[in-house]
Amino acid sequence: MKSWTSFLAAAAVATALSLPAFAARTDLVIGIPLEPPHLDPTAGAAAAIDEVLYANVFEGLTRIGPSGEVLPALAESWDISEDGTVYTFRLRSGVKFHDGSDFDAEDVKFSLDRARAEDSVNAQKILFEAIDSVEAVDPATVKIMLKHPQGAFLYNMGWGDAVIVAPESADTNKEKPIGTGPFRFENWAKGASIRLAKADSYWGEPAYLDKVEFRIVPDAAAAVPALLSGDVQAFPFFQPDGVAQIEGDPRFRIEVGATEGETLLSMNNKKEPFDKLQVRQAISYALDRQAIIDGASAGLGTPIGSHQSPASKAYVDLTGTYPHDVARAKELLKEAGLENGFKTSIKLPPPSYARLGGEIIASQLREIGIEAEIIPVEWAQWLDQVFTRKDYDLTIVSHTEPNDIDIYSRKDYYFNYDNPAFDKVIAELNLTSDEAKRNELLGQAQKILADDAVVGFLYELPKVGVWDAKLEGFWKDAPIQANDVTKVRWTD
Amino acid sequence: MTAYLAKRLAIAAITLALASVVVFAVLEIVPGDPARVMLGMNASEAQVEQLRQQMGLDGGPVQRYLHWAGNLLSLDFGRSYTYSVPVIDLVTERLAVSLPLALIALALSTAIAIPVGLYAASRRGKTGDVISMGAAQLGVAVPNFWFALLLVYLFAVWLRWLPAGGFPGWGAGIWPALKALMLPALALALPQAAILARVTRSALVDVLSEDYIRTARAKGMPWRRVLWGHALRNALIPVVTIMGLQFAFLLAGTIIIENVFYLPGLGRLIFQAITQRDLIVVESVVMLLVATVIAVNLIVDLSYALVDPRLRHRT
Repeated sequence: MKSWTSFLAAAAVATALSLPAFAARTDLVIGIPLEPPHLDPTAGAAAAIDEVLYANVFEGLTRIGPSGEVLPALAESWDISEDGTVYTFRLRSGVKFHDGSDFDAEDVKFSLDRARAEDSVNAQKILFEAIDSVEAVDPATVKIMLKHPQGAFLYNMGWGDAVIVAPESADTNKEKPIGTGPFRFENWAKGASIRLAKADSYWGEPAYLDKVEFRIVPDAAAAVPALLSGDVQAFPFFQPDGVAQIEGDPRFRIEVGATEGETLLSMNNKKEPFDKLQVRQAISYALDRQAIIDGASAGLGTPIGSHQSPASKAYVDLTGTYPHDVARAKELLKEAGLENGFKTSIKLPPPSYARLGGEIIASQLREIGIEAEIIPVEWAQWLDQVFTRKDYDLTIVSHTEPNDIDIYSRKDYYFNYDNPAFDKVIAELNLTSDEAKRNELLGQAQKILADDAVVGFLYELPKVGVWDAKLEGFWKDAPIQANDVTKVRWTD
Repeated sequence: MTAYLAKRLAIAAITLALASVVVFAVLEIVPGDPARVMLGMNASEAQVEQLRQQMGLDGGPVQRYLHWAGNLLSLDFGRSYTYSVPVIDLVTERLAVSLPLALIALALSTAIAIPVGLYAASRRGKTGDVISMGAAQLGVAVPNFWFALLLVYLFAVWLRWLPAGGFPGWGAGIWPALKALMLPALALALPQAAILARVTRSALVDVLSEDYIRTARAKGMPWRRVLWGHALRNALIPVVTIMGLQFAFLLAGTIIIENVFYLPGLGRLIFQAITQRDLIVVESVVMLLVATVIAVNLIVDLSYALVDPRLRHRT
């Protein structure tokens, strides 16, 4: 009798252990809103490229983890010289590209030299600006000499634009990407889907999934039925307004996290009357951030008071600098000699946070006497008129690049902001690699921007992820725009 | 007949040439720089200039127009800026979705519209006429994307018979591909069928009041033969004209339906190319569509001659 029970128990345990292994699904269809124009992360700014390939197919020397931390990737470890200008990376051994060729120091040298070359069309060429030269010491060691110390260098090397490519396949990556990641590219049906499959030769911990399909679902109204019908099992970047239809359905999990997208009411700091501090302050006081979040982002998103993600360690809460205060806003306008208000315009690119947010902001500005004419523009028009030619008064856009507070110190940037004190802080930040010191400097920088009311700081764009409740391993936050599926698996 | 054909072809050629100038000029005026769109907000002006040169965007508009038009004449449609593949490859890939979709939708709409039109006309003023024309009115009024969403919720979410959208490609087998096209084709076909049914009915009603119909009836020809043999044939000219217009619409004007069902068709290609300022794709695809519309109109004109023998002898 006793032996029977133990046999049964053993059988039960065996079944319990083995069943999930047999039953777990290994395929996944992920919905993405925009199709990448091509599949080379080193040759374009489109976030959709990284959303398919980053960490899955391509890897860099370092990588950015789920909470924005720098992790080793193709470089196992590194040393930084005393003066902070020489980085020596030790590379992993046994790494192969998906075409079977070996990865070594020459590939690193090739990739970095290509990205910073004279004729490079890398959209983030600025990341490589500090590099003076790259030397392949031996197949497993790379030495990078910098022109000056750069505090964010290791972080920069973790961007999608800094991934390592092979000389043989660099020119064809746009169509047929070949990387070193846990997934290899399988097929791209243009306009429809991109398929990846598990790479057998991966150097690290293999992925759980065998097949991953990124299906392009551009329409927010189509995303909900695609989920409900089971055609698509995950939308890591879901439109906030669709959440209401999924909420309460036990088959799905909704996770709201933070992105690196500071959503701003940008003002042209050189154009009258926005060149007056009081006017910019008045506008900042006129903004009711929660009303904007409720109306433009389905109530999801965190108010911000300066240009830093609340998820970041360096974040300083400055939302109290200009609280919603219509009376104070009117007073400031009066001080600026504009007590009767003025007429202006606000250019709105296509995303719904801008189009919906713009209407709410226009009505909030009307309360203090500012008549803002709403001008909807296409994305290409926005880049041309607002970003390149700075022909605008007000506009709304989310700055999704991570850790990009330095944009305010760039000469000729579309804010037209110029403050030597701020530039000094950023210059010092560039030369600092000690984290505590960096965070302190970042805090100072945030404070200056908030005090100067450079732009109307609105809210941090939320990352709303929706997926089948049986899936786990997706990122909650989006410290970079990516859909890292290397740890995603079905739980039964 | 030959002279008629020659004249038609000459008109078609002139239309094409004019269209190419208009298309090129319009896209020249549209603001937005494809190089800046590709490189985004973090790239310097010098880099954008670099890419512009690599894409062959430097040089005057006249020079670029002549280059483009010359290439078109030798059937070279250029390379996409964003995808960096030949435009013709993109178009053929997309046509593999759009063309079957348009044909299925056209077949569906005809199969629904002609019988309904016939029925309504033959019951003119009676309850059947009122009901079917009421339904047609509704079909014209309901926007097809809304109708599409209803179909998706019914057949994909609730019944789970058909996919909610997407296209697996013909490589996945004929049946899965056809399944994926069924709901979009239906969503496209019904509003078109509603229009076509109304046109068929009114054309038939006109014909049925003609003297020769009364004569045919008077000499004892069965009603059914009068309707199908005499009336329908004579009412077909406006119906065929509308069908020609509808086919052109179904091929190119399906941007909304292709978005709702996320199908990789021609409409989506153009839409995407416009937002990314992939001008060469927009220009070439629009020209192809212009050529298709002209060709369809030509075929419609020629088919009048088939439908109506009297036209065969005109020059």
